[in-house]
Amino acid sequence: MQDSDRIFTNLHGFHDWRLAGACARGVWSNTRDLIALGRGRIIAEVRDSGLRGRGGAGFSTGMKWGFMPQLGERPHYLVINADEGEPGTCKDRDIMRFDPHRLLEGALCASFAVGAHVCYIYVRGEFVNEAKALQAAIDEAVEARLLGPNACGSGWDLDVYVHRGAGAYICGEESALIESLEGKKGQPRNKPPFPANIGLYACPTIVNNVETIAVVPEILRRGHAWFAGIGREKNTGTKIFCISGHVNAPCNVEDAMGVPLKELIEKHAGGVRGGWDHLLAVIPGGSSTPVLPREICDTVRMDFDSLRAVQSGLGTAGVIVMDKSTDIIAAIARLSAFYKHESCGQCTPCREGTGWLMRVMGRMVAGRAELREIDMLLDVTKEIEGHTICALGEAAAWPVQGLIRHFRPVLEERILQYRKRAA
Amino acid sequence: MPKLKINGIEVDVAPGASVLQACEQLGIEIPRFCYHDRLSVAGNCRMCLVEIEKSPKPMASCALPAAEGMVVRTDTPSVQKSRRGVMEMLLINHPLDCPICDQGGECDLQDQAMAYGFDRGRYEEDKRAVKDKDLGPLIKTVMTRCIQCTRCIRFADEIAGASELGAFGRGENMEIGTYISRAVTSELSGNLIDVCPVGALTSRPYAFRARPWELVKTETIDVMDAVGSNIRVDARGQEVLRVLPRLHEEVNEEWISDKTRFACDGLRRQRLDQPYRRNAEGRLVPCAWPEALSAVTRQMQGLPGAALAAIAGDLCAVEEVFALKVLMQSLGSPWTECRQDGAQYDASVRAGYLFNSGIAGIGQADVILLVGTNPRHEAPLVNARIRKRWRAGGVKIGLVGEKVDLTYPVQHLGAGPRALEDIMQGRNPFAALLRGAKNPMMILGAGALARKDGASIHFRMRQFAESLGLVREGWNGFNVLQLAAGRAGALDLGFVPAGGKGLADIYKAAESGQTGLVYLLGADEIDTGRLGRAFVVYQGHHGDKGAERADVILPGAAYTEKNALYVNTEGRVQAARRAVFPPGQAREDWKILRALSESVGRKLAFDSHAQLRKMLTQMVPHFARLDEKPVASWAAFGRDGVVDPVPFTLPVRNFHQTDVISRASVTMAECVAAFNAPAREAAE
Repeated sequence: MQDSDRIFTNLHGFHDWRLAGACARGVWSNTRDLIALGRGRIIAEVRDSGLRGRGGAGFSTGMKWGFMPQLGERPHYLVINADEGEPGTCKDRDIMRFDPHRLLEGALCASFAVGAHVCYIYVRGEFVNEAKALQAAIDEAVEARLLGPNACGSGWDLDVYVHRGAGAYICGEESALIESLEGKKGQPRNKPPFPANIGLYACPTIVNNVETIAVVPEILRRGHAWFAGIGREKNTGTKIFCISGHVNAPCNVEDAMGVPLKELIEKHAGGVRGGWDHLLAVIPGGSSTPVLPREICDTVRMDFDSLRAVQSGLGTAGVIVMDKSTDIIAAIARLSAFYKHESCGQCTPCREGTGWLMRVMGRMVAGRAELREIDMLLDVTKEIEGHTICALGEAAAWPVQGLIRHFRPVLEERILQYRKRAA
Repeated sequence: MPKLKINGIEVDVAPGASVLQACEQLGIEIPRFCYHDRLSVAGNCRMCLVEIEKSPKPMASCALPAAEGMVVRTDTPSVQKSRRGVMEMLLINHPLDCPICDQGGECDLQDQAMAYGFDRGRYEEDKRAVKDKDLGPLIKTVMTRCIQCTRCIRFADEIAGASELGAFGRGENMEIGTYISRAVTSELSGNLIDVCPVGALTSRPYAFRARPWELVKTETIDVMDAVGSNIRVDARGQEVLRVLPRLHEEVNEEWISDKTRFACDGLRRQRLDQPYRRNAEGRLVPCAWPEALSAVTRQMQGLPGAALAAIAGDLCAVEEVFALKVLMQSLGSPWTECRQDGAQYDASVRAGYLFNSGIAGIGQADVILLVGTNPRHEAPLVNARIRKRWRAGGVKIGLVGEKVDLTYPVQHLGAGPRALEDIMQGRNPFAALLRGAKNPMMILGAGALARKDGASIHFRMRQFAESLGLVREGWNGFNVLQLAAGRAGALDLGFVPAGGKGLADIYKAAESGQTGLVYLLGADEIDTGRLGRAFVVYQGHHGDKGAERADVILPGAAYTEKNALYVNTEGRVQAARRAVFPPGQAREDWKILRALSESVGRKLAFDSHAQLRKMLTQMVPHFARLDEKPVASWAAFGRDGVVDPVPFTLPVRNFHQTDVISRASVTMAECVAAFNAPAREAAE
């Protein structure tokens, strides 16, 4: 990928994040013309660019926008999901910190496309400085008449509000986010109805991830063909990868979709600590995606479909690298504890199952378990997966499934060792 | 009409129906915990998962709208496996203390675990324990048993209108509670026990009393208010242990008020179980039936008919009032009265004292005017209907009378007759609302009618209804909310004095010595101090105010102890059935009157209940039409007079104690202490 294809030109905060700096990088340069494309054309451009939602599920953004009903009596809303809570992920944080105007420009284009005059940005509670930066950017934009009535001279009125969450992971789930925004307890809603029909205040609502919205103006500016030309078929465009863990230089980096995992780590993150051969496993897409052992990491490409083919997922592209010093069972047990803590408690399999997983995983770390319990554990994850209201059930189940799929011998050995010691 | 296929069978369902409802239509059982017909859909228990073609995951059928062409399967191994999985999850933190749980034997979790669960558990970790909450004297909590279905929260929010319950914490630590640890202040709180699918919320008064299979269940009618809620009385031996609601869409749906449910312990206390006679020292002493009857006979025979008066009480069934009326007529007495509250309104036209729109008719009203009433205390289920109507949207509710805390917003239009006059003259914008409404409705309470000028108010409200278009072809928005279960039936029988006279005239006659004998048929709500020196016969079932003043007591039967007819405020005739026998020497009331009539030489012309009913329906044919909401024809009623401008007051101040049964109930007394004492916190 060429450097000129990069969208987030201030991802690392080397330049001015304020309006002047953003304008110098081309943000807000011809927003009025972008909106002049018209609603249908914008949605078509986004759809044809192949942009898939960057929040984890990877649903076609253009198609999602197409689900919005015709403008009627009910107001439409755009809600931007900045409740970035997935462990291993910190891309939205840096967009809000270092490139907030890119997000706001996207908010205007997207709001126009979905017919929203009000846009809420739901920012994770812990992101105090990010919310401040975002608010400062909004104030600048309103001052410069880029937002507000007749935003950018486009004839479209748009008010953008920052709403700070209270730090619950589940509020990153779109319907829980809507509930929380309405002032209720953050618990996911049953779907259908989908938010595009009955969303915020029972009105048509589009909920998109920060990164999804932020790339929209660039797609409109350079055309869908440009975006679709990057990456691989059905997995197009650029993507911010967040590389953390046992690498020499943890970083956020924007690269093409479908970049090989090994290249990503070696080129941008300074390689695995102690060399590639010291790699144990990688969680490729944030904590909820199943872990991949080294053999798969050697060749796998980082996009939605390639990772799905190896029974994992791109998720939010939070790449968590673990070298051979890692106790993989303890690592996954920690994630089970996280999901137990973050389960909203609304539906049965997740409420009860996450605690069960956590407790059994806790025993597995010490090896204080029976061999047959490995299969039972797997069965419990299957009882949770797919039976819940939202995807937190899957998110809790998948890490454990990945562990058992690829590291069963480690689990077995731990149990046998414990038994030997106890005897 | 979406058409879908369930397990290979095609079915047409109403638009908006869920897949679960579609399955029910075909008689396919779908297990569920959180889903309840009358509550909003939560979809959180996940027990109702079904397979939908083309959907990668099983779907919660309760929350899924049935759509055209949908292909549903409920009988596949994967559906069975999901159900089993959910069941296992529900049970891992459930204490399995069924042997000491009051829900045992009627527990959804127990039943569905049998039908859909594993026969053993795989969970070997420690179980969760949850601290119990104090929800007051009616509801016992064992929160460790809670499966977080949130039915109770939704009931309190949606039906009861007391948003006092909520879920705190998240994940495993989610708990149901009131946050400020306070009793749930709703007249419908007992229904929480019914909606709870497990033993987390159970009846406190009934705790550890019986198992459901020991009980004899009798389907009957409630008399604690004039709604005529359909109930089931559960008795063991001669003891009524509990009262549960029965489904009746047009009356009480499936709810009952707390008084209906919990006052039943009053049936065991303060009972009159043998006849009494006042001796020479002025003390009431037990006596035998013949002695009591002859004492009454002596008094009656020594007096002219005009010196006899009879007052029928609030809990009287149609049969005994009928028997008493015939007896009094044959003795030549003009003094029969059933309006214990002193109301003087005209009882000659049936539409003048009934709830003509019907309780279910509230659902069609678009403007409702409450006059001199607090339906929350006077008829909690009518209030629940109004709330239901309000929740559906598009209704305006006005109130004339005392400002009260209702479970929906009302526009307070004034305190008394003047405000009504303003509306009638069009000086209040509410008049235009009523006039423009499709189905305008007025609910006239006892607070407006039970006054000295009640007859004039009754007359003017008829004019009001006619001039504002409340009464028209196919819709009658003139409604009187009766307070007493026995009232409408007694009015149907014409148990009122002729010539517009009323209770005040009976008092006057008694005080002046003109009346020599007053026969109180379960009449306890009158001012017994105003009966002068009259000889008082009290026939009833509880030792209360009436019995205290009596010279002879004839022990009768309570509503659970007789087969009898009651007419509710809508004019609906319903049959109560005997659940237990009257205690001791107490007898069914019509039998007592029959025996007395023979003793005084005016033998009533029936020897059995069947003969009585036959005679009754010959005289008043509509008593034969059970469970029909009558359409009472509109006619002129009432007589004009001076209206006192003083504001309306409310007849019911103490919801929990309004009649002899609830006054004898320990549970109701505890409720008074818990709910009515100001600022006292039940939890402390």
